Amino acid sequence: MMEEDQELERKISGLKTSMAEGERKTALEMVQPAGTDRYCVKFVLHKEDHILGNSLRYMIKKNPEVEFCGYTTTHPSGNKINLRIQTRGALPAVKPFQRVLNELMNVCQHVLDKFEASIKNYKNQKASRNEPTF
Amino acid sequence: MAAAQAVEEMRSRVVLGEFGVRNVHTTDFPGNYSGYDDAWDQERFEKVPTMAVEKVLVYNNTSIVQDEILAHRLGLIPILADPRLFEYRNQGDEEGTEIDTLQFRLQVRCTRNPHAAKDSSDPNELYMNHKVYTRHMTWIPLGNQADLFPEGTIRPVHDDILIAQLRPGQEIDLLMHCVKGIGKDHAKFSPVATASYRLLPDITLLEPVEGEAAEELSRCFSPGVIEVQEVQGKKVARVANPRLDTFSREIFRNEKLKKAVRLARVRDHYIFSVESTGVLPPDVLVSEAIKVLMGKCRRFLDELDAVQMD
Repeated sequence: MMEEDQELERKISGLKTSMAEGERKTALEMVQPAGTDRYCVKFVLHKEDHILGNSLRYMIKKNPEVEFCGYTTTHPSGNKINLRIQTRGALPAVKPFQRVLNELMNVCQHVLDKFEASIKNYKNQKASRNEPTF
Repeated sequence: MAAAQAVEEMRSRVVLGEFGVRNVHTTDFPGNYSGYDDAWDQERFEKVPTMAVEKVLVYNNTSIVQDEILAHRLGLIPILADPRLFEYRNQGDEEGTEIDTLQFRLQVRCTRNPHAAKDSSDPNELYMNHKVYTRHMTWIPLGNQADLFPEGTIRPVHDDILIAQLRPGQEIDLLMHCVKGIGKDHAKFSPVATASYRLLPDITLLEPVEGEAAEELSRCFSPGVIEVQEVQGKKVARVANPRLDTFSREIFRNEKLKKAVRLARVRDHYIFSVESTGVLPPDVLVSEAIKVLMGKCRRFLDELDAVQMD
C-alpha cells in the first residue's frame, strides 16, 4: 500500500514539475489525503464550475460502487472546483471518474445527434411548406 | 394497481400544491435528469464564443458622449461574423492579424441642413447625420478577408442601433478592432440574449368542469391552455395545450375550482428557450454548446490518461 501511495504522490508531483517546464496550465490535480488508499481521492479541476461539477457529480452518484461523491466551488470568484470521490473499496476512485467522463460524452453526443436530426426534420417540413425558419 | 400508479406519479411528476411543491426528490432519484440538465442554461452558452469590439482607436471625438462610454457601447454591439472562422488572439499580441481581428471604421460628422425651414425645431430637419447608427460602421477588410468574406457579410447584426447623437460641428472618427472571446470573459461576447429552461407543465382536471365554471377555469390559465367546447348544449372545459401555461397559480385563488385541477410538471421533459443575439442561429448555438461540454470531458479524459501513463 505504502509503495502505491508513494507512487501516486510521485505521479502527482511529476505532473506538476512538467507543468513548470512548459506553458501548459494544470487542468487537473489529484490530491490524496495522507494515510488513505486510492479509494478516496479529491480532484481539483481548474477553470471549471457548476456546469461540469454538477453533471459529473450526478452521474458518478448513480454508480452503486461509489460511497460518496460531492463537489464544491472553493470561492465564487475562483475558477476551480473540488470533486471528491470515495468508493466502497472495490474500485480505485479514478475509475468512476473516467467512466463518467466517457458516459457524459456519450450522452452529449446522443443529444446532439437527436437534436440535429429533429432540426433537420423541422427545416425540411418548413421548406416544403415554404415557410421561413430561423 | 392504485399503489403502483401512485408511485409512478411520485417518480414522474413534481406536483405543485397551493403553498409549496410536493413530491420533490433529491437528484438521485432514477429517471430524474435534472442533474445534468442544470448545466444547460445561460452558463453553458457563456462558453460559446463570438466576435465583439475590443479595442477602439479614437482619432476624433467631439461629441458629448465620452470616449470610454462610446467604447463601451461599441463593445456591446453584436457583430455578424461566424466566430468559428476566426482564431483567438494571442495574449500580448498588439497588432492583430487577419485570422483573429475584424476592423470597422466609424466616421460621422454632423452638419446643419442648409435647406431646412427657417423656424423649424425638428432636429431631423435641422441637422444632417445627427444620429449615429450602426449602419454608419463600415468594415475594413484586413489581408485576405476581402476574398474570404463577400461584401456585406461582415457587419453589425442590426443596422439601426443608436450609438450616439450629435449636433452641428461635432464629429466621431474612430477605428474598431473586434476579437473573438467568450461570454465568461465579458458579457459582450455572449451569443445569447436569454437562455433558460423549464419543465413541461402537466395539467389534469380531476373532475368535469362545466358551464360558467368552465369559462372561469379557462381564464385562470394562460390563453390557449384550456379550451371550452360545446358538448350537447353544455360548455365543457378541456385541457388543450398545457405546454403554453406559465403556472401563475391563479387557479388556487379560486375557492371552487382549486380542487378540480391538479398542476404538475413532467420530471424528465425539459423545454429550453434560447434567444440568440443574431450572430448565430439558435439551433447552431445549442449544437455548439453541446460540443463545448463534450470538449471539456475530453480534456479531462486526456489529462487523466496522461497521469496514468507515466
